[in-house]
Amino acid sequence: MSGGAKLNVRVAEVVKVNDLITRFRFVARDGGLLPAFSGGAHTVVEMDDHGTRRLNPYSLMSDPEDRSGYEISVRRDDTGRGGSLYMHRHVKPGMDMVLSHPVNLFPLDNRARKHLFIAGGIGITPFLAMAHQLARFGGRFELHYATRNPALCAYGDSLTTRYGDRVHLYYDDNGDQMPLAALLSRQPLGTHLYCCGPKGMLNWVRATASTAGWADHAVHFEEFTAPGTGAPFTVELAASKKTITVGTTQSLLEAMEAAGVDAPYLCRGGACGQCETDVVRCDGRIDHRDHWLTPEDMASNTKIMPCVSRFEGKTLVIDR
Amino acid sequence: MTKTDFPPSIRSRPVYGELAPRPGSFHLIVADGEGADAVAQLFARADDSKAMLAKSHILYTAGPNGTDLWDRIEALGAAQAQKAASIPTLLFRLARVLQDMQMGAQIYLTGTEGLIGQAERDIMALGFPHSDIQKEHRGSTVRRVQCVHCKGITENVRTDPFECSHCGLHLFVRDHYSRRLAAFQGVNIDAEDKGQIPPAVERFK
Repeated sequence: MSGGAKLNVRVAEVVKVNDLITRFRFVARDGGLLPAFSGGAHTVVEMDDHGTRRLNPYSLMSDPEDRSGYEISVRRDDTGRGGSLYMHRHVKPGMDMVLSHPVNLFPLDNRARKHLFIAGGIGITPFLAMAHQLARFGGRFELHYATRNPALCAYGDSLTTRYGDRVHLYYDDNGDQMPLAALLSRQPLGTHLYCCGPKGMLNWVRATASTAGWADHAVHFEEFTAPGTGAPFTVELAASKKTITVGTTQSLLEAMEAAGVDAPYLCRGGACGQCETDVVRCDGRIDHRDHWLTPEDMASNTKIMPCVSRFEGKTLVIDR
Repeated sequence: MTKTDFPPSIRSRPVYGELAPRPGSFHLIVADGEGADAVAQLFARADDSKAMLAKSHILYTAGPNGTDLWDRIEALGAAQAQKAASIPTLLFRLARVLQDMQMGAQIYLTGTEGLIGQAERDIMALGFPHSDIQKEHRGSTVRRVQCVHCKGITENVRTDPFECSHCGLHLFVRDHYSRRLAAFQGVNIDAEDKGQIPPAVERFK
């Protein structure tokens, strides 16, 4: 089955962290240990939202050495497609749920002499696991974490308690500005930079690192994107001989799954490349929303990533 | 002499490009022998070579074939340029320069494979991605080869097979390269038929 083997878990804890963020702890239903993971890994949480199947990826934030459970933090998005609202409103302790095995598309590069973390808002979660991991083997890191205000600075206090002056907090409401250019100009050779946060922050960090002459392979981004919404469109599936319509809040991948087509996937966020599908015919414009295809692939309209990308136009036939 | 064209080989065999200026807070340039020509060309390609030179540090030594173009390096007028007596002494100085270097620096290596490989090894060991180091081959193609049996490294290997300078075995020079060791692999050529050693051919000049 696509997406790999599943983990049968039970919700052990639901903890409100602040007005927007809730933390969930999952344990194995059989009481055993869960598979090991590494800092930066995510799991795809399967939700049965009153008949609608939702599969959302969330970064694992707990200590990777603690295999008695997994923890994730979910930020409520009132205008999103509904996965985070479902998690906040309907997931209760004791509930049975299904998770994917952990997958890491944002790993630490352990050849680095130092790790520099830049987090914005809920983007803090992978760094919590990475910091645990580095603390265990004595890796050197520095965390710069921007949030709106102290009340929304999830885990800011515990990070400061645990890691002291390796943690730097910035609050938008105080007018704090992360001194990114200065920060990037004084890192020893062999430092690797990691950024997870809103799109604007990712773009800012990418541009600043590039201007500063940072080595491309020393800069790492967590680039999950929620599929996003758009106008409905129709797609012909050449291999399965079906024609399906993708709804406004549905992704092409979800529409294929709803039609009983077993399409490959892993991250469901346009990052891993697993769902790459050949386009047989395209009369219109593919709205590429992934971080996987090269600009040349995107321009040629010969490939599509069904987990996030959409289509506008007359005909789209894909090899699935 | 211009950039060397090596015949296509296995994936392990390093390939080299041409040095091109990239924006950076600092430019570290390591060269030997004919690599001086590639360094001159690198600055000739810069939009503002004067500004680039003001942020450049060049480490240079003569090539294994004796080519010494230090005058050309010195004439460029980089902020710092130093001539070392040999590759080992150059690497000693490089280690000190790397200690104080910051991210944002661009790194350019040019000349023979022994120098490029060993400089890359030392830079990589600090965590800097090897794929972001620019490398251009110039000059002699003699090889640095590790004997896979005794692990000893022989510098400036010219012939194939050759005699290991440590254990004396006759070694066939493979294109199999180790980035970690900065050396090609040498494998005993008469392991099965003792004494059946083909005549040495000068493959590397």
